[in-house]
Amino acid sequence: MTAAGQGRIYDALVVGAGTAGLVAALRLAQDGADVLVAAKGVGATHLTGGTVDVLGYAPERIASPAAALPGFIRDHPEHPYARVGAEAVGKALGWFKAQFPDGALVGSLEANLLLPTAVGVPKPSTLAPETMAGGDLRNGGRFTIVGLTALKDFYPAYLADNLSRARLGQGDDGRVEARAVTLTPPTGGEADVTPMGWARRFEDAEFRKAVISGLEPSLDGGAVGFPAVLGLDSAPTVWRELNDTLGVPVFEIPTLPPSVPGNRMARSLRTALTRAGGRVVMGGRVVGVRATGRRLEAVVVDAAARPKPYRARDFVLATGGFASRGLEMDSYGLVRETAFDLPVTGMPPETEARWADEYLAAHPAARVGIGVDDELRPLDQGHEPVYDNVRVAGAALAGAEPWREKSGEGISLATGFRAAELIVELRGG
Amino acid sequence: MGMIEDLIEPFEEDTMRGSLDHCIKCTICETYCPFSNATPLFPGPKYVGPQAERFRDGGGHSPDMSLDYCSGCGICTLVCPQGVKIAEINSQARAKLWDERGVPLRNRVLARPSVGGRLATPVAGPVNWALGNRLVRSMIEKAAGVHRKAPLPQFAGRTFQSWARRHPSPVSNKTVVYFHGCSTNYFEPRLGEMAVAVLEHNGYRVIVPPQDCCGLPLQSNGSFDPARKYVRRLAADLAPYARRGHPIVATSTSCSLMLKREAREILGVTDPEVEEVGRQTYDICEFLLDLHDRGQLEVDFSPLPMSVPYHAPCQQRGHGMGKPALDLFGLIPELRIEELDVDCCGIAGTYGLKKEKYDISMSVGDRLFKTIANMEPEVAACDSETCRWQITHGSGTASVHPIELLYRSYGL
Repeated sequence: MTAAGQGRIYDALVVGAGTAGLVAALRLAQDGADVLVAAKGVGATHLTGGTVDVLGYAPERIASPAAALPGFIRDHPEHPYARVGAEAVGKALGWFKAQFPDGALVGSLEANLLLPTAVGVPKPSTLAPETMAGGDLRNGGRFTIVGLTALKDFYPAYLADNLSRARLGQGDDGRVEARAVTLTPPTGGEADVTPMGWARRFEDAEFRKAVISGLEPSLDGGAVGFPAVLGLDSAPTVWRELNDTLGVPVFEIPTLPPSVPGNRMARSLRTALTRAGGRVVMGGRVVGVRATGRRLEAVVVDAAARPKPYRARDFVLATGGFASRGLEMDSYGLVRETAFDLPVTGMPPETEARWADEYLAAHPAARVGIGVDDELRPLDQGHEPVYDNVRVAGAALAGAEPWREKSGEGISLATGFRAAELIVELRGG
Repeated sequence: MGMIEDLIEPFEEDTMRGSLDHCIKCTICETYCPFSNATPLFPGPKYVGPQAERFRDGGGHSPDMSLDYCSGCGICTLVCPQGVKIAEINSQARAKLWDERGVPLRNRVLARPSVGGRLATPVAGPVNWALGNRLVRSMIEKAAGVHRKAPLPQFAGRTFQSWARRHPSPVSNKTVVYFHGCSTNYFEPRLGEMAVAVLEHNGYRVIVPPQDCCGLPLQSNGSFDPARKYVRRLAADLAPYARRGHPIVATSTSCSLMLKREAREILGVTDPEVEEVGRQTYDICEFLLDLHDRGQLEVDFSPLPMSVPYHAPCQQRGHGMGKPALDLFGLIPELRIEELDVDCCGIAGTYGLKKEKYDISMSVGDRLFKTIANMEPEVAACDSETCRWQITHGSGTASVHPIELLYRSYGL
């Protein structure tokens, strides 16, 4: 690990602490690698609903990602899934599920769940926390949606109304009947309580009693959907207690950020990583790299008083896309990768249309990102690897439109895991 | 084209206020803010930070006191994926707020630990008795607004400086300067002695120059001008050594952060002297781990068969250096360390001492206290002094600086 006078050389340095980065680091740490995660801030996992969406639309709604992936990869040869292959997606998913013991994460690549969003749209998700699985709409059913006064951006009547009108696809063997109930549990007098604030309250047994007694008169035997605020660390316990006490299936529906289930997911990964011996350095951005030819030697990270170079044998870049500032675009449409200054691909030339008129339409420029080879190494304009010992994972990759495909977590998980596996293979693991 | 660019001010990525345009309202700071999660009086870093700052620009004032319920722990800045300097923006706005309203006497007293230390040290016995007396404390609470239960430290009755003056450090070609901070000087001189012993064990001559407060408590209590005076004076005391290339090693992670970063980023002090000292300043665990990474750390550690929970305080994490204590603990045979996954103990320097904030502070730390208490360890480890006192107060568990475990394991 240490050579006298040389300084420490990590087996692997992962830049970015979102799903892709933490997954890569955790897999490496489990293999016994000396791994460090350097990140400017916590990743976008916190903004997700805590589900793993692998492939939801292509462009029609996907019932089985396992069945759809080979065709999807054939049709999208530039997609990150095409770089890792369908088999690797399945392997990553299996590994990920096993990191959450006792069935805390349910679902499989064979069939997407169909879970309600905060606006009552059925969303295809491949894995979901057990606390959400009861909201699966595939077989229809009766649902009571619970709102909490003082919880912003969660409107149970709107949600229930949309659910009742939801299109559940072919073979629709059961309609959704949903209705809304709004509870006013004690808040302490605030006008607004954030999802995190509610989650803390739900950890308190007395508070839960008040919620249960407020809800009982409104039960009609249907499943009960709460906003996803049923506790932080103790969510499974809180959820089970509500199931048992109410005597009907209880489930969580992701809220707008701050997202409690996203927060739980990120914290689980962080905890697993530190338990496996991985280290995290947070708060500094990458200010430079040191390389010899096609070999990256060190990444220089900003810190209080002075930047610090971190040396490693292998590197994983998992800094995210535009939302996480892994990529930046200026007003001339010039796109830049912000950490290693890698070449970016997928931006249509100025002479061609880059943007569609409709905000939610498919934009030609939307698939911009870092192009990689099948070993996830970043490529230059001549399709040669820029560095041999750098793998790119997650939302920084070119070729995807995760918000339309509902593939964000799936891409991060599959490429983060694959990046780690490639390094593990090199380590002779 | 050029004209348009000339009209646009250069983008100030690295200035505090310039960073706020990067806020995309993702709420990650809200998710992590220990204080807005504990009290409705603080609406959260996003609200009082990047959002409200737009309306405060140009000396505009804060309409209410909600900013004062920010503890300045800095977690928001640390977790922000966009690089928005939320805590720094808030600290500066809080200083403006107190500038307008006048800094209360209580804040001025709490913010000057070295003045209190100099006055109380010769009469430490009676002072400690008084500060431990419920009646006196309740009078102090009524008169001065310091909560009767708040964890005030005990004066040692002697100073670390007086020990250091009598302590001959062995001659060596390797020299470090020890920046001990006020708490080591007046409350925990033993910590300073252990730090010196550990550094000397690694072959260093340790210089302890005369030094005063870094100004951090003044900064966090909204008195920026006096804080600037203090940090400039401290820099003047340490600069001659920095210029000679001697590392300046500190045991207080919050005071060393003042030198490394906060003097410039929060107080706006850009003196070359402060910069020089900042660049040479190291947290002691950071320094020792750097030695180890270069193969230069003595590793004659004897076993410490014990389980110790470790809490990395907020200001420690503000260094952006990871948690070097964890790697150092890993060198000690049979020592089992449980890294605590709790963000803040709630004290935030002097925040939790205040009458109106004590309950908030205890609520923030609740999960940490319970976790530690349930483990029933002999001691907990934590790098920051006020956090250690808070941990002991909240969990009933004695707490030590990481250096104490190294000291014990070295058998010094």
